[in-house]
Amino acid sequence: MSSVPVVRIRGALVAAMQEDIDDHGALELADRLADAVARHGATTVLLDVSAAQVVDSFISRVIVDIARVCRLLGAQVAVVGIRPAVAITLVELGLTLEGVRTALTIDDAMNALEEGAGGNGWHT
Amino acid sequence: MIAAVLAARGPQVLDAWVTRASRLAGDGAAELERDGTAVLDALRTALSSDGGTPDLAPVTGLLGDFGARRTRSGDAPAQTAGLVLALREALLTELADAGEDADRFEVAREAGRIVDELALGSFGSFLAGREEVISAQGEQLLELSTPVVRVWDRVVAAPLVGTLDSARAQVVMESLLQAISDDGALVAILDITGVPTVDTLVAQHLLKTVAATRLMGADCIVSGIAPQTAQTMVQLGIDLSEVTTRASLADALAMAITRVQAHADRSARR
Amino acid sequence: METAGTPETVPLNGTEDVVRARHLVRDMATDLGFDLVAQTRIVTATSELARNTHLHGGGGSLTVTPVQDGRRRGLRLEFTDDGPGIANVPAALTDGWSSGGGLGLGLSGTRRLVDEFRIESSPGQGTRVEVVQWLKRR
Repeated sequence: MSSVPVVRIRGALVAAMQEDIDDHGALELADRLADAVARHGATTVLLDVSAAQVVDSFISRVIVDIARVCRLLGAQVAVVGIRPAVAITLVELGLTLEGVRTALTIDDAMNALEEGAGGNGWHT
Repeated sequence: MIAAVLAARGPQVLDAWVTRASRLAGDGAAELERDGTAVLDALRTALSSDGGTPDLAPVTGLLGDFGARRTRSGDAPAQTAGLVLALREALLTELADAGEDADRFEVAREAGRIVDELALGSFGSFLAGREEVISAQGEQLLELSTPVVRVWDRVVAAPLVGTLDSARAQVVMESLLQAISDDGALVAILDITGVPTVDTLVAQHLLKTVAATRLMGADCIVSGIAPQTAQTMVQLGIDLSEVTTRASLADALAMAITRVQAHADRSARR
Repeated sequence: METAGTPETVPLNGTEDVVRARHLVRDMATDLGFDLVAQTRIVTATSELARNTHLHGGGGSLTVTPVQDGRRRGLRLEFTDDGPGIANVPAALTDGWSSGGGLGLGLSGTRRLVDEFRIESSPGQGTRVEVVQWLKRR
């Protein structure tokens, strides 16, 4: 499985999770993101999961960890593009991605993160 | 024995059957003849095969199809059943002239048995067909009764009416999430004004739906909780403290519009 | 419930096997005509249970079988391993584990994803989990 690049879009770091990501790939993505945040001094990270048809408890845990690590490194994280079917299975599994901001699109994510810093967003 | 009669006097049997059947069905004789020929051919084949009990399944299948077609065009089930049973008369009439006296009772009994099996089998498949229709209609009703509407730019709402059971709650959740995805909604409103009772189970479904909409990045407002319902929920220990609620759909919409406007303002500034 | 097609079996001895198991189930679910949400539910359940078999059961296998019950059709998944087994099955099935995910067995959540869920396990006897998802016509 080839690595997906981490790119800069409008000052934010954006990485996309592949459709059939396996455990190893997810952990590797987490590492690369942490590296990139440190290297660029990024303050915003967007994780695009719109290609992921299945997000199980392991991947969900990796996502939460990515958010925690990035926050420690000074960056806010938003997860973008959770599919309806994935949202349903996550809820059934009792996985709420607590503490992780979510949004439908990159645009909305940037907007929400802006609001979030001191704003009164309704949800995490 | 019966196979031989069918082979030798097929046309006569068909004729006798169609005569009786058209009295019952009032159908076009042409259609009856066509169906009848197919059934008798299949019956002859089934009875002619070697060894053991003849397999009448192909014949029953044919009769089932014909029955289903007739029901679709408005015949009563009794009429359709009558058509199958008319075959008994037709067969016996023709069998009366064939074979020895000694055989006749046995042959008649065999004919009776065959027709009974055909009648039961075809009626069975006919009923199964009806059940499928009812089941499909049930599914359609479920979908129709849970519409999700786009009430504002980036705001979708699901006004629920009637009791909310597990199946319906599932449909609501899926429809709402799909609508959020399709419309790029920022706010989803779940209006339960028309839901008479909210117990623990229903509340669980609502909470799941709220959680799922949040995962998609949308805010969820639950509106239309009646005072009675609010008291019941508190008594049942249902915790909606994490959920944004509003008394009416109108209030929820007002809140949603404010939210969307603020979002648009921020986007414009960037 | 009776078999209504050819069963397929795959080993579950590594993370690549977990991915392969997901693909197998997704393909068979698609062939049967499951809609996207139902597919996602059963494939996610597969991922959870396959990982359990691999990580906690010391490896094992998954058998996927199309099944039939009257007029409804479905898919049956059987996860088996000869591992240490679960000492307290009822406890494992209650909502006790943290919502962080990735640790623990997560059986209670997985059970909510599927229509039927059966588990047989005891210390030293390995574990067998059987789940069934029925096709709902929409």
